[in-house]
Amino acid sequence: MRRFLLSRLAQAGLVALVVGALSFVLMRALPGDAAMRIAAGRYGPDARIAEAAEKVRLELGLDRPWFVQFADWLGNLLSLNLGHSLVTGAPVLEELEVQLGASVWLAAAAVVLSLLLGPIIGVVAGLRPNGWSDRLGLAGSVMLRALPPFVLGLLLMLIFAIWLRWLPPAGFGSWRELVLPAFTLALGLAAVSSRVTRNAIASVTKAPYFTFARHKGLPEAVVVRRHGLRNAAIPVVSYLGVQAIYLVEGVVVVESIFAYPGIGHALVHAIVERDIPMVQGTALAMGLIFVAITALADGACLWLDPRLRRAS
Amino acid sequence: MHSFRTLAAALAVGVTALVGSAQAQVLNVVGPWEIAGIDPAQSGYVFSRLQVAETLVSVDPSGELVPALAETWSVSEDELTWRFTLRGDAVFHDGTPVTAAAAAASLRRAYEGVGVLTQLPIAEITHDGQDVVLRLDKPFAAVPAYLVNFSTIILAPTSFDESQRVTQIVGSGPYKVKKITPPLKLELENAGTWWGGQPGIDEVSYLAVGRGETRALMAESGEADLVFSMLPVSVERLKRNPRLDVKIATIPRTRILKVNAASPFFDEAEERRAVSLAIDRVGITSVILRNKQLAATQIFPPALGDWHADDLAPLTYDPEEARQLLAAAGWQPGSDGILEQDGRRFSVSLITYASWPELPPIATALQAQLRQVGIEVRVSVGNSSEIPSRHKDGTLEMGLISRLYSIVPDPVGTLLQDYSPGGSDWGSMGWANDEMVGLIDKLIATSAPEQRAPYQHRAVEILQQELPSIPVTWSELAIVANKRVTGVRVDPLEVNYGVAFIRWAD
Repeated sequence: MRRFLLSRLAQAGLVALVVGALSFVLMRALPGDAAMRIAAGRYGPDARIAEAAEKVRLELGLDRPWFVQFADWLGNLLSLNLGHSLVTGAPVLEELEVQLGASVWLAAAAVVLSLLLGPIIGVVAGLRPNGWSDRLGLAGSVMLRALPPFVLGLLLMLIFAIWLRWLPPAGFGSWRELVLPAFTLALGLAAVSSRVTRNAIASVTKAPYFTFARHKGLPEAVVVRRHGLRNAAIPVVSYLGVQAIYLVEGVVVVESIFAYPGIGHALVHAIVERDIPMVQGTALAMGLIFVAITALADGACLWLDPRLRRAS
Repeated sequence: MHSFRTLAAALAVGVTALVGSAQAQVLNVVGPWEIAGIDPAQSGYVFSRLQVAETLVSVDPSGELVPALAETWSVSEDELTWRFTLRGDAVFHDGTPVTAAAAAASLRRAYEGVGVLTQLPIAEITHDGQDVVLRLDKPFAAVPAYLVNFSTIILAPTSFDESQRVTQIVGSGPYKVKKITPPLKLELENAGTWWGGQPGIDEVSYLAVGRGETRALMAESGEADLVFSMLPVSVERLKRNPRLDVKIATIPRTRILKVNAASPFFDEAEERRAVSLAIDRVGITSVILRNKQLAATQIFPPALGDWHADDLAPLTYDPEEARQLLAAAGWQPGSDGILEQDGRRFSVSLITYASWPELPPIATALQAQLRQVGIEVRVSVGNSSEIPSRHKDGTLEMGLISRLYSIVPDPVGTLLQDYSPGGSDWGSMGWANDEMVGLIDKLIATSAPEQRAPYQHRAVEILQQELPSIPVTWSELAIVANKRVTGVRVDPLEVNYGVAFIRWAD
């Protein structure tokens, strides 16, 4: 267990370094003058940008050599200081606190909702492969996964905010505003996890131990609970780690549509405005969330599957 | 059973009361502007429009300057000293009075920053009793108009830290900041100390929603009481909604084609006129903006009063004349129909940006229309900073931009920037006109409207003949109000949205 945690911590450290360095390099490789971009981001497209850019360049020391700027960031990172946003001037950590909090709520709500939807539909479909519930599940899953999140989001807004008037179409602050964006993400996640569950259940039901359990006379519910679910859960849980990518990518789009102030929204703005410390901070946060989710998924697999524990 | 029914009834009443009171308390305002940093030069317009902070001078909807924190103002005989006398009853949200010393300090900070004040020939900003005193190096008639700009809002000394950074917004308007969640949300409450009386609604919540479709849905769902800046495609649908009231104002913003008059493509006025004649403005405005009244016949829209010259021959669409002008300038069609001159193809890049969603579609329409007269255009959509950046290094050929003429309510401020020799980010490029320089100098030094009128007229006439930038369309601002509220005003200059005058309809 200690080795597991230590290796994951080392992984997190490595991710932090690579993500930070990569976003620094990529941001510098982008065409265009950074000072101009930052000035446009700060003062808007009506301002005298060229003039403001000169002040920005002096203020931020953008004319220093790149390695000095990078060493600055690295030194700060070691003391857990992510610097200040070039656009708003506020400490990056302070901005991340609000945005990360908002995104974690959204992502967690989406994962929980998807776990409520996907596996249940998958189990029902997997127990009767090629039955009508399986076919319906497949059709639904293909449709939902084929819809990009921004279309799905708009559809949900139309149904729940305009026709039914149950929920607000955008905003944040209470659970009411969280429901639609979380559902948009959850439906996309559940579309895939229901199929993974279905396949896992379908293969488990064909396994010799499952047949044996039935032959020895256990009631169907007990067979499924004791021998089916746990075995089928392993691929579903490890797939959750892979789905973290979908989640991170989905958060960026969904937050912009629903005017939700998370790190996805912040990342898009930071890139457009060349706000390097914010790009590094948000990318770092996303990288670490990714590490955390995969670590959790791996941990859960270890707990579910004693064979893995014995192997390690 | 009986007790169950009582309980259900009580619950229903409770829920209705909760929902009802939540709706009755807070005025929900939605707009596209994010709060990127609270420095007045960055987001001052949000605080000025929502009446958190005030400037010394303001404007009424017709563009006339009216008193705000300054009750009166005057200029000395030599026109070098401006005095703004503060009203005695204004109080900051921290309870301290709005003194001339505090106002002068706030303005000095704005002058050292990035806002419009840096463009004035200011020698010093001081205070004398109840007066804020601005001393100039040379006469400048438009000083009061510059003090309307949002970057000159007056903040209390407690708004700044030792290094003069703004750490909080302590203004003097009817609303004070309850909570800011940058960059999207701003919650306000009645300050209770405003010199202009009590606002009609005690609490206001502002949410920045970047996407136009989402803003329209916020209005339709009834979650927002007041929504600013609707996309033209949504306006017709919203007008049919019986619960909503759509108000439209023509704003002093013009979408113009910025051309590099130093390049061989646009160095002759005939070439620029030919480009203008090739543009089907009515087509663009009726399809993309859904209102053909917005086709620009000259640079300033009618909303700018004296600056719009009714007697000027309008810019028209005549591709045949465009071809003739281009032929006269030495451009002959090549084998593929694209014009050529001395072996050079008339192939130019057109840069635009997506900060305004209508610019990229207009750019592609222009691309198709210019192709009709033999001009090949490559459209590139980038960041708004691309235009100033390529203006600076001289590589810009054409740029489609959206230019606001009320940053300072007197357009002479914009004219001075945009059409002086050398041009500017959002103005001319590689174009110089001595008569224009003289006219701008006269306009800067003259304040009497009747003396200014002939200069203004001539300046507009030169811009129409020379076309250093080619006007394409004017702009409008669509505001949607839920019929729950009354007293909504439309401010075409977008200085102050008069939120304090809004009330719940009975």
